[in-house]
Amino acid sequence: MKDSKRSSRRQLLQMGAAVGGGLLAKHEQASAAENKPGQLGIPLGPYGERSPFEKAVRWRRDTKTPETGSSFTPLQDSVGTLTPSSLHYERHHAGIPTIDPAQHRLVIHGMVNRPLSITVAEIRHLPSVTKTLVLECGGNSGSEWAAKNGPDVQRSFGLVSCSEWTGVPLRLLLEEAGVQPGASWVIAEGADACRMERSIPIAKAMDNILVAYGQNGEALRPAQGYPLRLLIPGWEGNANVKWLRSLKLTDQAYMARDETAKYTDLMPDGKARIFTYQMEAKSIITFPSGGQTLPGPNLYELTGLAWSGRGRIERVDITTDGGRSWVKAQLQEPRLPIAFTRFRLPWRFDGREAVIASRAVDESGYVQPTREALIAARGLNSAYHFNGIKFWKVQTDGTVTNVEA
Amino acid sequence: MWKLSVVVLAGAATLLAQTYGIGRPATPEQIRDLGAAIAPDGTGLPEGSGTVAAGREVFAARCSKCHGEKAEGAVGPALVGGQGTLATAKPVKTVGSFWPYSTTVWDYVNRAMPFDQPGLLKPPEIYAVVAYILNLNGIIGSDQVMDAKSLPKVKMPNRDGFVADPRPDVGNNVGNNVGNNVGNNVGNNVGKKAKR
Ligand code: HEC
Repeated sequence: MKDSKRSSRRQLLQMGAAVGGGLLAKHEQASAAENKPGQLGIPLGPYGERSPFEKAVRWRRDTKTPETGSSFTPLQDSVGTLTPSSLHYERHHAGIPTIDPAQHRLVIHGMVNRPLSITVAEIRHLPSVTKTLVLECGGNSGSEWAAKNGPDVQRSFGLVSCSEWTGVPLRLLLEEAGVQPGASWVIAEGADACRMERSIPIAKAMDNILVAYGQNGEALRPAQGYPLRLLIPGWEGNANVKWLRSLKLTDQAYMARDETAKYTDLMPDGKARIFTYQMEAKSIITFPSGGQTLPGPNLYELTGLAWSGRGRIERVDITTDGGRSWVKAQLQEPRLPIAFTRFRLPWRFDGREAVIASRAVDESGYVQPTREALIAARGLNSAYHFNGIKFWKVQTDGTVTNVEA
Repeated sequence: MWKLSVVVLAGAATLLAQTYGIGRPATPEQIRDLGAAIAPDGTGLPEGSGTVAAGREVFAARCSKCHGEKAEGAVGPALVGGQGTLATAKPVKTVGSFWPYSTTVWDYVNRAMPFDQPGLLKPPEIYAVVAYILNLNGIIGSDQVMDAKSLPKVKMPNRDGFVADPRPDVGNNVGNNVGNNVGNNVGNNVGKKAKR
């Protein structure tokens, strides 16, 4: 993410411009012709498409170079707990490469007994693991550090998605190559144009990392790393190297740009926290949320998503009076660790202004903090890893906006 | 007793021996074609060298169209400035003010720049353009030559600017009760402000 004040101001201007997107959706809807009674439908097709009446799309922040940038998942339009692969958030640094899996190799080298070149087909035939996991960009909600924060769920919290991932344990591959004593880091590299690089401690590599080739029942999408990517449960998206082609075992971290110059949190004293990796507990109300309008006073189901890189969601509290009182929301079971957990609460909007928010608590007892508490601990320049409580204001006329601090 | 240990040993041996026999030996050429990751101690840096003067030319030809004539930033970010700003309200993070290792500049330029043609530069050109950027930031003198030996010895101004993350630093001190004090107090402010 771009971190400067200047770019966040530009971003906000663009956010204003993007509000017009709603109008576009309405216009498109008018052109989709509905079936008349007795009219034959369209023939069967080989690969499915959604209804032309469905308009949820990712939102992309404009960059001067379109190959580096991010696109945000429309969480406000999501139902259930999974993100369709086609709406998964994206963050790329040098575009999306087109890779033929028959030509692609994963090379394991450095401090190993047998440097190996492995084909994608070989990996697909190994014992596999399937896990539903949330993936969140380390820069998600970066706009929330500023006083003028994101106007809706997508633009404030949309760099997070949840998929079912399938792959092989990284440990299994490393053991095939034979890790030498003294190897303490794995340097992962992608096959994109910039050969994205991150350092991963060996303890985590031997624990629960997946080399994934599947997402939501099919092969990974190109934008998600086809044919192979790392999937590191609970860790910031950037470390989950896509288009994985090299794993080098070393005795030191390599201090790549994306783990020093980026994704480090600058504190008020000028020191930056490095190797944060784990994403903490977080939640967001998706209905009612910024940009939406309640048709009028009525009983509604307030709902949203909670997740934590630290494990399972234990509880979600809801306030509808600006934080004076909190009640427990109902949680959708099963609550999988490091996955979206949907919460729900019946709520009567009586036509009076209401300030609403959700607060997630994970199985370790970690409580999602307020923005104020985060700023008290980290100041205003840390840019990354924001997980503060997000308040929405439901106005008397039913329109919902953000609550600017 | 000895029987038991034999069983245990045999079990361990089977586990160790268990392999799917996947992959072919990776060839040295294959490994060389990978991104040539460079460690902070210089491990991985290739032969070759580059001067600040040569780097000025590489920069003008290959970099300035995106980073500006004097690396002040344009389509690509600024590569100079910001020293002394990290602890202020408006920190400016650049190679010169923020990056802790000179080797990272080499590694990143080698793998990712020029943005539209990564992999274009040969090692001597990379040493040169890195020397030029370091010189622009006042980190090395204009007569210094960068190579596999000298580059890792360059001490970046923010070399000691990184600390381990003490997380969880917030969010852990609140009890598990709904409606506890912290939630009430902190949330109150927000609610009040919202209503002006
Ligand atoms: C086509 C435009 C373009 C050209 C040419 C180009 N760059 Fe870049 N450069 C970029 C962009 C865009 C980024 C930011 C990439 C990102 O963050 O994903 C960047 C980032 C960088 C960075 C990292 C800066 C930071 O603070 O993160 C360095 C260092 C750099 N470029 C050096 C060079 C050098 C040296 C050259 C010439 C050999 C060069 N660039 C040529 C566009 C360009």
